[in-house]
Amino acid sequence: MVNLTIDKKKVQAEEGSTILKAAQSNGIEIPTLCYHDELTTSGACRLCSVEIKKGERTRIVTSCIYQVEKGLIVNTQSERVMNVRRLVLQLLMARCPESEIIRELAEKVGVKPQPRFKPDEDKGECILCRQCVEVCEEVVEVSAIGFSYRGADKAVGTPFVEPSRACIGCGACAYVCPTGHIKMEESDSGKERVIWDKTFKMVACKVCGRYFAPQEQLEYIGKKTGVPLSKLYTCVNCR
Amino acid sequence: MSEVNSVEKMELKVKDIIQKYGSDRGFVVPILQDVQKEFNYLPKEALNAVSSHLDVAISRIFEVATFYKAFSLTPRGRHQLSLCVGTACYVRGAPLIESNIERVLDLRPGKTSPDLEFSFDTVNCLGSCALGPILVVDGEYQGQMTVSKTNKVLKKLGKKVKTDEN
Repeated sequence: MVNLTIDKKKVQAEEGSTILKAAQSNGIEIPTLCYHDELTTSGACRLCSVEIKKGERTRIVTSCIYQVEKGLIVNTQSERVMNVRRLVLQLLMARCPESEIIRELAEKVGVKPQPRFKPDEDKGECILCRQCVEVCEEVVEVSAIGFSYRGADKAVGTPFVEPSRACIGCGACAYVCPTGHIKMEESDSGKERVIWDKTFKMVACKVCGRYFAPQEQLEYIGKKTGVPLSKLYTCVNCR
Repeated sequence: MSEVNSVEKMELKVKDIIQKYGSDRGFVVPILQDVQKEFNYLPKEALNAVSSHLDVAISRIFEVATFYKAFSLTPRGRHQLSLCVGTACYVRGAPLIESNIERVLDLRPGKTSPDLEFSFDTVNCLGSCALGPILVVDGEYQGQMTVSKTNKVLKKLGKKVKTDEN
């Protein structure tokens, strides 16, 4: 165990753990958009920046990827941290002017859209945090989506920007997306689901008749786990 | 029929290239470079072949192929013209040369002519500012460029150039 101080509170954390984890398990809230427990941390959104003090020097680090150290003094609310946080939110607001969650976070710290940052029109609500790409690769293990191009043109999507053969329509990417950029739509009857421009046929549960999962996803799960498809065609509630 | 054959041929070529690198996924960039050298660009089928032979998801290959400016997903021209518009070349008149090439080839920077003869793009510094303005013609650096010199270069490459002189 490592002893450190966060916001004047003495806390303990496991070695190799991060400042963000240590803070969260001690009830200290640090805002973040791109952090997810189960995925490789990308440190992309910069919202969780905190100030650390080692000896006489202080500096700003990203708490979701900075590992705890013995005797570290962390400040999550100092003026310097708030300045960073406000700037990050100003930039995120300019990138995703439509994003509700970013607007809410900004309101919390009193940030308004800045005239000096011209709002983007073509970025949607994507903050390029890479969580969707990671969940697709690490958890679902199909790697249907990825980033393309770079700099101002960088965007998330399927290869060649066309319906992906690898995608199984599970919707994990839409689920982890912190801003709701990835849209998954279901037809009124529930028979079809559209995600990444690909239409999936949904399977109706053999017992209750509810459309609950795309055919391709069940086939993929069957192939991977060896569970017969006949079993998978019953929804989780009826099993 | 011929289309199927050409795709098959392409896959064989890609396979050869990948085997040269021991099917090591760490060599994605050099493999793609060789594939591009072979076909003059990165065709979709070739990228799919790289993906399946290396056992790397196509989304990862697409990330690499679109990240680097050296890779092109659309066919490139037989002749490649790169004009430096870095600071030194810029102040020495690169914009004039740029607009001249644009006019003569009817080509915006970053584009390829429909007959696949010329590709024209601008770069930001080639590290030889003393030679500026520089035009790179099929890999060959040509320094102290002027508008009339570019016309000569284009003529040499087989382009009919209309100038005020003739």
